[in-house]
Amino acid sequence: MTTRTLAVLSAGLSVPSSTRLLADRLTTATVAALRARGDDATVEVVELREHAHDLADALVTGFPNAALTTAIDTVVGADGLIAVTPVFSASYSGLFKTFFDVLEPGALTGKPVLAGATAGSPRHSLVLEHAVRPLLSYLRAVTVPTAVFAAADDWAGGGVDQTLAARIERAAGELAGLIAGQPVASRPADPFADPTTSFEDLLRGQ
Amino acid sequence: MQFGVFTVGDVTPDPTTGRAPTEAERIKAMIAIALKAEEVGLDVFAMGEHHNPPFVPSSPTTALGYIAARTSTLQLSTATTLITTNDPVKIAEDYAMLQHVSDGRVDLIMGRGNTGPVYPWFGRDIRDGIPLAVENYQLLRRLWREDVVDWSGRFRTPLQGFTSTPRPLDGVPPFVWHGSIRSPQIAEQAAFYGDGFFSNHIFWPKEHTQRMVEYYRRRFAHHGHGDPDQAIVGLGGQVFIRKNSQDAVAEFRPYFDNAPVYGHGPSLEDFTSQTPLTVGSPEQVIERTLGFRDYVGDYQRQLFLIDHAGLPLTTVLEQLDILGEEVVPVLRKEFAARKPAHVPDAPTHASLVAAAGGAHDTTVHAVDDVTGRTVEGAQA
Repeated sequence: MTTRTLAVLSAGLSVPSSTRLLADRLTTATVAALRARGDDATVEVVELREHAHDLADALVTGFPNAALTTAIDTVVGADGLIAVTPVFSASYSGLFKTFFDVLEPGALTGKPVLAGATAGSPRHSLVLEHAVRPLLSYLRAVTVPTAVFAAADDWAGGGVDQTLAARIERAAGELAGLIAGQPVASRPADPFADPTTSFEDLLRGQ
Repeated sequence: MQFGVFTVGDVTPDPTTGRAPTEAERIKAMIAIALKAEEVGLDVFAMGEHHNPPFVPSSPTTALGYIAARTSTLQLSTATTLITTNDPVKIAEDYAMLQHVSDGRVDLIMGRGNTGPVYPWFGRDIRDGIPLAVENYQLLRRLWREDVVDWSGRFRTPLQGFTSTPRPLDGVPPFVWHGSIRSPQIAEQAAFYGDGFFSNHIFWPKEHTQRMVEYYRRRFAHHGHGDPDQAIVGLGGQVFIRKNSQDAVAEFRPYFDNAPVYGHGPSLEDFTSQTPLTVGSPEQVIERTLGFRDYVGDYQRQLFLIDHAGLPLTTVLEQLDILGEEVVPVLRKEFAARKPAHVPDAPTHASLVAAAGGAHDTTVHAVDDVTGRTVEGAQA
């Protein structure tokens, strides 16, 4: 049985937050879908609220501190990523975006990602399609076709609405399928490994 | 081991008074700092090169030439010389000239410059940063080592039968370090030529410097210049010193909090633990600096940044007094006691001349257009 690592990025600000709640639902469903395919899963959660100061510092100094480095390594090194943001002012939250802003170029290339968003109104539901998905596409992540949006209406009635549950199920199945079809994630290339291009070739302009 | 100071020449308001120095005041302050560095027994003064406000040192060799005339032992260096946007022909000429007027007290630290808009002002493009550094430096080396150069490349007009004058003093080009905060390709360049590698060591955590230096040492050996621990390493560093550490922290905090580059970010305490910045007593600075050796190995040059973020000149001169009287003598002794005999010192003009088997005048005399004879030929 292969053990996969699933990173969960939640940009919710309140504790508990509906963003984290959605992230947890997506995580549970994805782990179940992986098990159904014969893979085990380890879940590592990154709560961005805990790194708000670290992220601001990284913007100003140009380097991530130790705590933020750990969070970045968790996300970059995982087999798959569940990324959930609240909708602020008709887009992802600034905190959510800042995390992606401080990643090294290429850090998420090829990474299977399930995107989720929460909001107070269903009128924000396309934020996932017009903001979050293009961001992940730019980063060359592989985003599953089903993105999961949950507004206040979806949580109404004290339980998860059946339509929302179905979307979670479908999205989790898509993410598990992408992860299970890939070799176990390797760490990104070491920038301090011996160069693959010789310096003589660099001198010749190659 | 060499100890010194480096300045980026920022014209920054003093956050405690709100007053910014004039360019004239800042330039004179840099010169005063250089003269004081020699007076208190430091070895090196290095000046940055920038072409955009708030920085004033656009013409380092002019300033270093003046400083050369007013000093006698101080090694004059740069931090850094822009190998990307300067014409390598002009670097070859300017620094060979500086070598002659300073009797060889010159070396250079090469850097690329990280400000995109500056490149087009000099006809360049920041996206070519690494290829420019590679091509320009290769040409610069040839201009200093070959009397007559035929050359063509990607970034400048070809040279046919070109002689860069003056020829390097005693036939020995200045020693060159390569500086880069985060590009392994530049550490590779330093290793390829057996040049020095200078790590900024101010803005990033020590783990990053450690990886860059380890890479450079490993590649230095790979390219056949010696063992990894014989590579030539320089480090930056940032200190603020008072007799009592609480006084140092209280006095430096407003400068830290408002500093260009990292101000308005992490707290002084966080930045001190995350980076090599040391704010405290002479003993604390000594202990921290000796600790640099634990992660980069025995190294050859330590430069401190002490004059940025609007610190007034009088304060900077006091810092130099403390460095010269209480810090550097101890560091000199302690580093020397730890350094194995097979680890070389930083090359100087004297050591390079000795390694070349003595001084050779390499003056290239002009050829008479009509007779085809040189001055030497006419005298013979």
